[in-house]
Order: sequence, then structure tokens, then C-alpha cells
Amino acid sequence: MGMAKFEPVLMEAVGAAEGHTLESYRSRGGYAALERLLAESQPAEVVEMVKSSGLRGRGGAGFMTGVKWGFLPKDHPGPIYFCVNADESEPGTFNNRFLMEDDPHQVLEGTIISCYATRATTAYIYLRYEYPRSLERLQAAIDEAYAAGYLGGDIKGSGFSLDIYLHRGAAAYICGEETGLIESIEGKRAWPRIKPPFPAIEGVFRKPTVVNNVETVACVAQIARRGVDWFRSIGVPADPENPRDPGSYGPKLYCLSGHVEKPGCYEAPLGITLRELIDDYGGGVWKGRRAKAAIPGGISMGLATEAEFDIPLDFKGPGSVGCMGLGTAAVVVLDETVSIVDYLHNSCRFFAHESCGQCTPCREGTSWSLRILERIRAGKGRLKDLEILLEMGSTMGMMPGSTICGLADGAAWPIKNAITKFRGEFEDYIKRTNPEGWMVTEAVPALEIVGAH
Amino acid sequence: MGVVYVDNREIEISDDSRLNCIEAARLAGAEIPHYCWHPGLSVVASCRMCLIEAGSRDAETGKISMIPKLVPACQTPAKDGTVIVTESEKVRESRARVEEALLIDHPIDCPICDKAGECLLQDYHFEHGQPERRADIKPFTSRKREMGPTVTLFVDRCVMCSRCVRFTREVSGTAELMVVNRGAKEEIDVFPGHPLANKLSGNVVDLCPVGALGDRDFLYQQRVWFLKREENVCGGCSAGCSIFTEHNQDTVYRLKPRENPQVNSWWICDEGRYGWHHIHDPSRLVDAVRRGEDGETVTEWSDVVGRLREDLAAAVGGGRLAVAVSPMLTVEEAWMLCSVAREIDPRALLAVGWVPVVGEDETFPSGFTIRAEKCPNRVGVEHVVACFDSQLPRWGELLEAIESGNCSAAWITAAYPPAGGKPATQAAAWIDEATAAAFDRLREHDRSCLVVQDLFDSPLAARADWQLPAAGFAERAGSWVNIGQRAHSFAQAIRPPAGVWPEGRLLWNMLGRRGLYDPQAIRREVAAASAALAALADEIPPTGIDLRLRQLAGSP
Repeated sequence: MGMAKFEPVLMEAVGAAEGHTLESYRSRGGYAALERLLAESQPAEVVEMVKSSGLRGRGGAGFMTGVKWGFLPKDHPGPIYFCVNADESEPGTFNNRFLMEDDPHQVLEGTIISCYATRATTAYIYLRYEYPRSLERLQAAIDEAYAAGYLGGDIKGSGFSLDIYLHRGAAAYICGEETGLIESIEGKRAWPRIKPPFPAIEGVFRKPTVVNNVETVACVAQIARRGVDWFRSIGVPADPENPRDPGSYGPKLYCLSGHVEKPGCYEAPLGITLRELIDDYGGGVWKGRRAKAAIPGGISMGLATEAEFDIPLDFKGPGSVGCMGLGTAAVVVLDETVSIVDYLHNSCRFFAHESCGQCTPCREGTSWSLRILERIRAGKGRLKDLEILLEMGSTMGMMPGSTICGLADGAAWPIKNAITKFRGEFEDYIKRTNPEGWMVTEAVPALEIVGAH
Repeated sequence: MGVVYVDNREIEISDDSRLNCIEAARLAGAEIPHYCWHPGLSVVASCRMCLIEAGSRDAETGKISMIPKLVPACQTPAKDGTVIVTESEKVRESRARVEEALLIDHPIDCPICDKAGECLLQDYHFEHGQPERRADIKPFTSRKREMGPTVTLFVDRCVMCSRCVRFTREVSGTAELMVVNRGAKEEIDVFPGHPLANKLSGNVVDLCPVGALGDRDFLYQQRVWFLKREENVCGGCSAGCSIFTEHNQDTVYRLKPRENPQVNSWWICDEGRYGWHHIHDPSRLVDAVRRGEDGETVTEWSDVVGRLREDLAAAVGGGRLAVAVSPMLTVEEAWMLCSVAREIDPRALLAVGWVPVVGEDETFPSGFTIRAEKCPNRVGVEHVVACFDSQLPRWGELLEAIESGNCSAAWITAAYPPAGGKPATQAAAWIDEATAAAFDRLREHDRSCLVVQDLFDSPLAARADWQLPAAGFAERAGSWVNIGQRAHSFAQAIRPPAGVWPEGRLLWNMLGRRGLYDPQAIRREVAAASAALAALADEIPPTGIDLRLRQLAGSP
């Protein structure tokens, strides 16, 4: 599978001059699918279309989009709210930004179709604060769509009405968590909610709500335009031996960064290997060096070592080598010069900074892990610290049940993954930098932390 | 009915009980530690101290399926078939980790912390914590700042349970408190210029499971393990909130709310909470003073019993005896006062005493209400007086009788706390000079006697032939009936200063009863005589008894 064989669909307009305008989008066939669906299909049929396409959420968790829509209560009198999660802030991830800046109408068409399917008459696009151009382009696109009758009351005579509000966040990672985002839209501190009730039952303003990623709604637009069969012809089919495997269908926007020759956002079928992405799309590791490891899907996912680069980047591949999952498909390559201690320190610093502070294990654990890494890097590490870190790495998070949301899982996974895979490097580092004290086991004086906050 | 399985014990719950696993486990005798959960607040499940293993038992097959991960007991409903495991290895390890995590940023300044001795962090550490510290040791700090006039925040002691924040949003409805910053840098704070200054503010100190929120009134006054607590009732208004009077060596140090779902839930207002200082005011009347031609005589209490009766008996004849039965008195004291008065003068005018009213009732979003009527027992006193005079005369009628000149003797019980809790002066007394001057008409009779029984000096007390000290609310024993017809009984929490006899003891002796004042004996007499107070014959539970229920049950 080479890059030449795959024509970008989602990123068709990326890089094109004026691709962000309504005129350009319509010239590429945009909004035709919407008009057809509004005229010919019932909402339930649109839900069925998305369900049968096998589309899985692109925001990180990979949940079946159609199934998620199906959780909404039947015959609800409304209002039902639809939220587009554009708070793209997983480190290494920038594909939503390409879509919003260069082809915002694709995002809007997908949103309108999704709202029609879910019977939502109000949609919020929750936009990351640090994306000023996306803000500008999306708002311009929304204005154009209103003027052209794709938004507002009685869209194209269908009787379906929709208003879209663009909501700019205030730059906090936790606002990208589904229920943190909902709290933030309500004007509150973005403390993720306890579940149940799930957003499909009680979301924004305690009404049924769907939250989908930008890339997910863009896929909905393309499924509507090109059909379910087209979508299912791309990617990795479901394992017929495993009835619980929904497969990995469709194109995916991979964000490639770090130590590669050509970093960027690349559209490829789900299931290309990590090595193909780095070598074929990214032009290989930079400066003629070798890779040491790569993050397969955003910092929360952990590391795949160079020896593991042949895993497919689909919803199952990264999990097979001890990574949390595909995540946001944001690949960050670390060359052979990178210290894994530095990598983990950076990861811990991020999560200590972004933990919302609600649940004790995450609030204190992310901060403690950062303190330990600060101390290790200051030449005061002890082998015992690795035990403590590993314990935190395996007990912090939604999966073991110790937190409300998945941020802690994302903080914990890189810790246990890095220490498991690179234990020798950690031990060598600690013994080399702290020859006097690496074997100490009792509590030691704390260092002032610098850098977080 | 349903069955919940708690650590291999079975407990029955009703279908509509809506218990969470903490409550269900408690019914089975298992205590699940928790910080953020409080029955009076919304569930946030954020402290993660209450993590347990839970599952369900299939009623038909008996098969138990457990949830693979730990779940918060506060957020997990206990339903028919719910299985709760509170003491597994996994649960114990989780609790130890949460305790360890909370202590990472905690100053461990227990020796100078007011909460030491009643601190959940302390208690849980001993019960569930790790034996040794693994986290890096930080220098000791104990930053603090004022949240408002009543509460100080000790920033580093906070465990971020957010109970206080939720209280101000959900119960007081004032929302002064909030969480600022993020992650381990989080702190509780207020907006500049918007201090925590609502009428329920003191409750956040009770809610605080650790020593983060300090009550400025109580701060550094007493180590909590020296305090003894008595189940008591607040005398601040006619709501009659259930409280604990916490005291040591006959000195009150603080009042705490006592849970009573029928009255105050878990809360009390600041007015009540801080409204006890007057009972230790140095200006309190403490001597039984008789004023006669030979000047002022401080009289021994044992002599008061006889001489007071003599003086009153001698004064009636030319005119009637008028008695004001203060709504600060207990039902028992009121009953004895009326009985003594009618013994001395069968025509005695018995009237409900002056009822202090300030503003209007104030109800908070949670339903908690502060009453305008600033006395605890107007209803109880009315029931008693009605037994003697169905016309139910009140303070105004008593004043009219005095002004008409028909009275030659008056016995005015008062015991009103000073308004606003300020030390009382004559000028600020409950009765003004003009009203008190009306009592000069008593002297128009050949023999007259004015008895005033009060906490503080007043224009009326200054005129008294007998100026008797009254008891403060914590010094009484007996029963009060709140504005909702709910009767509470309570024992004496502290002894009055300087050997003062509370009204109950004096009246008991004036009635010629033997031994110590026994409120229960009086209660039985009152219950037999008054249909309205018939319920007082029963054992009165700590949360009180609704007089109307007994009346309904007793009616044909």
C-alpha cells in the first residue's frame, strides 16, 4: 500500500487556495449529499447509514458513531444537543485544525447531517482556544451557510431547522473530555461528570446530547456523499472470528511529527503500519538517524519501540504492543538520541499541568509523578522511584476505577509503558546520575519543581 | 423489599429507600470511609476514598457477577441483589493509596490544627493509611486566609472534597466559594470583594472533613478532646434546631448542628451557632436580690423559696398577681410557674410573655428556614397557659392589666438573650423605660411586689422588689415546642454561674417538691392536663416528637 494509491478525500481541499469557501466546497460536490438526505431520507435512515458504515469515533476512544447516536432516547420531545468536539489538544494532534482551517464547510455539512440524524436542532462547536484561524474560518463558513440556507430555520424546505454556535474554549486539555466539554459549554468549570447518566441521556443543560469529533463529522459528510460501500472499502475489515471486533473502516488523518524528515498531516487508509507512515509519508527518521520509539496516537497512548513499528495503525494495532490504543492517530517519532527519562518527564509535566484536580488519585498522582521525574532528572533518583511510578501507572485512571474520566489513564499509561519497555535505561540513568543514593528506600526531601504551572 | 449483600451479611432494604452503597453498608454495620460524599449535598464521587468492589447477585441462579473495576460507593445505588465488598485486599490498597495521595500535599500540622481529634484525614490515616511515608518530604507550611467574617481557610490542609463549595451552591444558595487553579495547585477561594458571608456560613466548617476551614469563633479556644457534648436545642428562634452544646467545665465553646431530618437536616444558622456568648457575659445577673426599706439584700437561694412566696402572698389582696410566662422557659418551667402563681393568687393573670420578633422568616434554597420569632417556646408556653386560662392572655393584655391599676403584684420572667448577641446594657434591654414605667402603678397599692427574673439588667429589673437571675438556654432542662408543634426535650448542658438556680429548680422547690428538679415528672403532669401536650407523656426521641400526631391518634 503506497501513498500514491490513495487519493485524499477528507483533505481534498487542504492546501488549495480558497478551499475554505462555500463556492469551493460546492464546486467539489459539497452540500449535495445534505440536500439529498434532507429531501429523501428519514433521520433514522441516516443513523442506519452511519451505523452500517462502521464509522468509529476519531477523537480517541474509537466508539461506534452510529451506536452512540442510538443511545439517544427514542421519541424525545427535545431539545437534543449536538456538540462537535474541536478542542483538539492531545499533544501531537493537529488533524482537526487542517479540516477546520482549510475545509470548514466539510465539517459543517457533516455536522448538519449528524444533527438531522440525531434530531438535534442546536449544535455547539467547542473550539480550542489556540486555534484563531479555525475560529475565523469556521465562523465565516457558518455565516456563509446561514446565508445559503444550509443553517437556520426550515433548511432547504425540509422543515428541519438547525442553529450552530461556535464556542471558543479557554485553553484547558480537560475541556476535550466529553463531559468536561459539556460542563464548559454550560459555563462551568470543566470538571468531568460522573457517569451514569451518560450524555446521550443527560448532557448539555441536562438534555440528551451527542459529542462527536471534528474528523468524525467530516467522515459523516463523506459517507453521505460517497456511500457506505465506499467507506467500507477502505481500512481493515472486522475480524470474522471475533464478533466483538467492529473493524477499522475508512480513511484516517494521521498527524506525524517529531524526528521525521517530513512532518505533517497525512490521509491514509486505517491500518497502514507505523513504519509505512514514517518511511513512506514522513520520509523516514530525520538526519539519517534511527528511530528509538514512537507515540502511536497522542501522548496518552504510550510508546511503540522501533522493533514494534510494523503494527497497523488501526483501532487494534497499537493495543497489541502495550499501547493504550490508536488514540488520535497522532504519531510522534523519537530518534535514537532521545532520553526516555526526558520523554516521560515531559509527559508527566503535561498531565500534572492539565489534571483538572477533581479526583484525588489523578490530582495527586500526576503531581507526584512529576516530582519524582524532576528529582530523577536532577540526579537524585532512586530505583524505588520506579516501583512507585509503576504502581501509580497501574492504579490511576478510569480503567482501574480510581478516577471519573480518562485523563488519568492517559497520564498513567505512558508511565507504566515507558518503564516496562525501557526499564534498563531508567535504571542506568538513575545509577549513573545518583551513585550515592540510587539504593535509598526511605522518603527523601522534596525538590522545588520548575516548569509546571 | 430487597436484599443487599454486604461482606457476606444480608440486609433488607425497602424498594423506595434510594440508598447508596455507603448507606447500605452502614445499615449492615460496615463503615465505608469517605470525604466528598455528604447526605445533604450532591454526589461528585471525586475523593475516591469510598471505592469498593460491587456486583449483583442473580435472584434466580444465585450467581454473583462483580464489576471488574473498583466503584465509588457513594455513586453506586444499593438495589435488590447488590453485592458490596468493603474489605477486600484491592479495596484496602486503594484506600491506602488515596490516604497517601492526600497526605502528599498536606502539612501534617496536627499539633496546631483545630481539627485534630475529630479529623477524618487523621482517623482514616490510622485506620486505612500506609505505615510509612513514601512521598518526598516537603517543608512545613500552613498558609491561611480569611474566607469571610466567620471562616478561615488553611489552604494546604484542604483535601479538595468540595463539600463547602457545594454547600454554598446547593444549601445556602449564595455560591461564594469556588475552586481556583487546577490539579495539585487547586485551592478553595472566594472572589475578591465577595467574602463568605451568608447566614449559614458556619456550616462549611462542620462539613470540612479536615482542618482546612476553621471557625474563627472557635479557633484555638479548646482542643476538641476536652469537649463534652450534650444533645440540646437551639434557643435562637422558634425553628428549634437540634444542636450539640459542646462544653468543658461549665463553659460553652461551640454549638454544632445535630442531624434532625424533621427540623434542621444537618445545618444550623450562624445566628444560632454563635448566639451563645451572652451566657458567659460578665454583666449577667447572678444574685437573688431583694430590695426593701433596708436597701438591697443578696438572698440565699434556699431563703428565696419561702420569702418570695411570702412577699407575693402579702402583696395580693389589694390587687391581682400578673405573671408573664416567658417563651424562653421550658414547658415544665412554665407549668410550674403557672401552678405556683395560682397557689399564691387563684385569680392570678397568667399571660404569655413578650415574644421577640425580628424581620421575617428567611428560607434558603435547601428549605432551611430561619424564623423571625426569636424565642424557642412560644408554642409550648401557649399550650401551658391555655390549660389555666382558655382566653390565652398575652403580653399586651398583661400590660393593660398593669396599667389599669388592678394589679398589685407582678412576676415577669424574661431570660431574653441580648439582641444581636452584644453584651447587654440597660439601654439595649428587651423592655424600654416607658414600658417599664407602667409597672410603677403596682406601687399605688398598699402592698405591692414586682418580681423580675432575667439574664441582664433592664429598666424593669431596676424597679424590681425581687431581681432574680434567669438561666441561659444551655443551663435549662425540660422541653420546648417549636413553631411546627414539634416538642424536644433536653437535659442541662452546663451549670449556671455562681450558684444560680435555674427557674426549674426554684419553682420545683416553691411547689414544695422533694429532691432534685425532675422535668419528666412535671412532663407527665402536663401531659395529663393538656390534650395539646399529651404526647409529652411518651419517651421523647432525640429528634423530637410531633404533638399533632398524638392528637390525631388520640382523637376519636
